Amino acid sequence: MSASCLASFQDYGLRAIGYGQRILPKSDITLCDQFALIGSGLIWNVFFGVLAVCLGYWFAMVLAVGKASERGFYRRFSSGFIFLFRGSPLFIQFFFAYELFVLLPKVGVTLDLWFVVIDLETRWLTRAWLGALLVLIFNTTAYSAEIFYGALRSSPRGEIEAANAYGMTPWQMFWKVQWPNMMRLAWPSYTNEAIFLFHSTTLVFFSGFPAWRQSGDALYYASYFADKTFNPFVPYPIIAFYFIVLTLLIIFIFGLVNRRLNRHLPDARRPRLIIRLNLIR
Amino acid sequence: MLSCVNPDQISGLAWLGCYLSTPKHMAFYQSFLIVLLLIGAVAPLAILLGLLSASASRARFFLVRLPGTLYIAMVRGIPDIVFFLFVPLALDQGIEYLRHRSLCSDQTGSVWQGNDFVVCDIAKMPLSSASQWVHDFYGFSLAVIAFALVFGAFAGNVIAGAMAAVPKAQLETAAAYGMTRRQVYWRIMFRQMWIYALPGLSNIWMILIKATPLLFLLGIQDIVYWARELGGAKTSAFSYPHPDWRIWYFLGLLAFYLMMTWMSERGFAYLNKRFSQGQSMVFNQQKEGA
Repeated sequence: MSASCLASFQDYGLRAIGYGQRILPKSDITLCDQFALIGSGLIWNVFFGVLAVCLGYWFAMVLAVGKASERGFYRRFSSGFIFLFRGSPLFIQFFFAYELFVLLPKVGVTLDLWFVVIDLETRWLTRAWLGALLVLIFNTTAYSAEIFYGALRSSPRGEIEAANAYGMTPWQMFWKVQWPNMMRLAWPSYTNEAIFLFHSTTLVFFSGFPAWRQSGDALYYASYFADKTFNPFVPYPIIAFYFIVLTLLIIFIFGLVNRRLNRHLPDARRPRLIIRLNLIR
Repeated sequence: MLSCVNPDQISGLAWLGCYLSTPKHMAFYQSFLIVLLLIGAVAPLAILLGLLSASASRARFFLVRLPGTLYIAMVRGIPDIVFFLFVPLALDQGIEYLRHRSLCSDQTGSVWQGNDFVVCDIAKMPLSSASQWVHDFYGFSLAVIAFALVFGAFAGNVIAGAMAAVPKAQLETAAAYGMTRRQVYWRIMFRQMWIYALPGLSNIWMILIKATPLLFLLGIQDIVYWARELGGAKTSAFSYPHPDWRIWYFLGLLAFYLMMTWMSERGFAYLNKRFSQGQSMVFNQQKEGA
């Protein structure tokens, strides 16, 4: 039994990124098959989640500063971007982006042969790994920017005045005073945002982006099993289990950062992570 | 008057006018109503479930408290889309299984035969002889239940928080006046909590609006279905041939949702102002961005 279980992990453990058996299990589906294949799909969820959080973080900071800016153009652009991505469903954003990316080469001017690289890139945009990733990055940028903006506005005024009095340049003031405060205040909400983002990566393969050679994410395989076995009571609890583990891992990592951000405060005044999970976007 | 009998002989705006009023486009416009209907059906159900679960999670008896807290915690820890895929399927199978057991009790053997879920014909839900209308309604009801279950848990979370935010002094004063627990609940807590719940509930409302395209995943012919259907390239075999226009349809959907959220934002800002009248707290400033 355990030998066959090992075999199904060898066959399907990396199926989502193209290794192992080419054909998905069709009949005699064992519990091990389901665990292995859904687990391999989780690789994509982690890929999308990690990259989108890491890249979106920096864009979000720029946008948050832009929204708090006194220059009308920056403020309007940032507010518009944030409203566009927070005000519409991620699902529709995926669909729209996919159709846009599909049209791109046709709309664009004929590319010279020297620009082979660019030609390839436009084709890649219709693939989930780049196209969906871009949408996710923009989406998390907008949500995080709103959080950072709120934190930026509630940073203590006195510290900024003190920084001014010390003669800090605006650049120094931002990195030495405003940014640490912003991170400290925003971190609990930002943790929630990161968790939502990981959860919403499950939408990618249900929204236009094709699963190339049936390489999909965890939910793609879970719904595949539910379709094949007519039994939703096994695959969906499995993916639920995987996601609870993933969520706990995120909470742990972000908790470490939270502790570091507040290390100068006495225990009682440290903001605790209040995890309010799972809101759709 | 426009005459749309021979669409290949007209062009320009007249063609567009005829194109946008085909029966299929009428179905597309109706599907917007389905979205609104879903929101209208789910919102009160979710509030009701939220009230029940929040009240249960504050109960004195462990056996009442357990399902309340469990329900709220469970839905929050798992991606909601999993629930949207799981609940309708599970409900559907559960209903058919029960009907199978009661209507076809002569048939022994499991309903799960290998990779198939088999019930006898008269246990099918809805009956395969039923009209399309019944099938549509049944599918929509399952979707409403799935949405209500998920959003009920969100609302339960917010309402439980709001109940805890009602100043203790008010409740103690009521108790000191000799009100029973029930009276304190209905006369003080129930009335005071709404203003505390409003920011959270408005958040959930926004999320509900943005969750409606998930209807598509449940196989319901909603706006996403029609946008894909109508926008796809049509060859000259169709009366209105056109290239791939899906991007324009999705642009329309994007605009529809942005308008909905914009109007809701305005509406809730107004409600917040109304409800805050005469309240001496500043809690409505702590509305969260997440």
